Amino acid sequence: MTDAALQPASDGGAWPGVAWALRRDLRLALRSKAELGVQLLFYTIIVTLFPLGIGADPALLHALASGVLWVAALLASLLSLPRLFAVDFADGTLEQIALSPYPLPALISGKILAHWLTTGAPLALLSPLLALQFGLQGLELAVLALGLLLGTPTLSLLGAVGAALTLGLRAGGALLALLILPLYVPILIFGAGAVEAMRAGLGAGAELSLLAAALLAAGVGAPLAAAAAVRIALD
Amino acid sequence: MLEALALSARRGSAALFDAVSFRLEPGQVLLLSGPNGSGKTTLLRIAAGLTECAGGWLEWRGVRTAPFDAGLRSAALFIGHAPALKDDFTAEENLASLASLHGATTDHAALVAALSVWSLSGQRALPARVLSQGQRRRTSLARLQLVSRPLWLLDEPAAALDAAGAATLADTLTAHLARGGIAVIATHQDLPLGAGVGRSLRLA
Repeated sequence: MTDAALQPASDGGAWPGVAWALRRDLRLALRSKAELGVQLLFYTIIVTLFPLGIGADPALLHALASGVLWVAALLASLLSLPRLFAVDFADGTLEQIALSPYPLPALISGKILAHWLTTGAPLALLSPLLALQFGLQGLELAVLALGLLLGTPTLSLLGAVGAALTLGLRAGGALLALLILPLYVPILIFGAGAVEAMRAGLGAGAELSLLAAALLAAGVGAPLAAAAAVRIALD
Repeated sequence: MLEALALSARRGSAALFDAVSFRLEPGQVLLLSGPNGSGKTTLLRIAAGLTECAGGWLEWRGVRTAPFDAGLRSAALFIGHAPALKDDFTAEENLASLASLHGATTDHAALVAALSVWSLSGQRALPARVLSQGQRRRTSLARLQLVSRPLWLLDEPAAALDAAGAATLADTLTAHLARGGIAVIATHQDLPLGAGVGRSLRLA
């Protein structure tokens, strides 16, 4: 009496889950382009305020450049994180995502990847242009952009854990910043350190390797932790 | 079959319900009723694996279920209070997105057919933002046509639906039960279902 259509669906694989979330979140992001622009504009303005405030001392600006660009990147990342899960949580999509046959960490990985592609990646690509204001040049610009390309996905990954943990809390946004900024410290140190090392003529291989290692570790651990936190939030 | 053994649930320190037991065979539907706050949604969320119960347990096809276990996720389709629609997506995109999340095919013809069953042919290309409450509910329910799961868990599916919508819901449900499906539905309205398929459970 039970026909074939009523057999339970087979377990969804991990990659189709990543692809589903990535495709959907990218499409949603493209529908609300204003949100995309806000974060880049925020980054541009913060970075530009420093030369204006400090004055035109080329040596000082050059020394401050890596720190300013990286701190601004951390703040810009923090700006968009609260919305990573909160919108899906509010409209009921998150419980559908958690109940889907695809593994939840895979779906969350797709969401994080989409978040990075729409926030971290454009910011990293824009950074060499902004760094010209500080007099960075040549390989320093390349190391800055490479460092941000390696570091910003880690920011999205760690941030996703924080965003999932603060889901549904009243002071979620402020709490998220308190929770996540300390975790960002190593990324800031290695990222800014890479440009500094380049400036000192030491080569940035070590710092960039550490950023890559942090990315790999966060890439494995963060989606699992965020999935556990999402399940707790849905209970 | 779905079997609940002495289920109990609590919200905070207050007990919602205690020692609820039922057994559903293929082709049967359980209609949950009861006043607001009596735990209908909680019972559905326990059955869907979203919430842990305070006592007792559920068995699906003889296997005890746990929250978020893979067997339950691939057997059940839960449609909650929130319609899970994205305002920026059209009705068709929303339906395609939800159906593919549950591993169903999303070819254009199937989507068009499902939307026309729910009388949404004219709203197919409209963003969900401009749909009425009833149309949003229909869009959300249209995935019943696409996602084949033996167990349906529907929370107030007829809320905001007009008489024609409720009739479509009853037809869809009758077809599901005739295929040997099982459903648990929290509802305040009487759904015109065939005789003998419905059990009712009233939570106090």
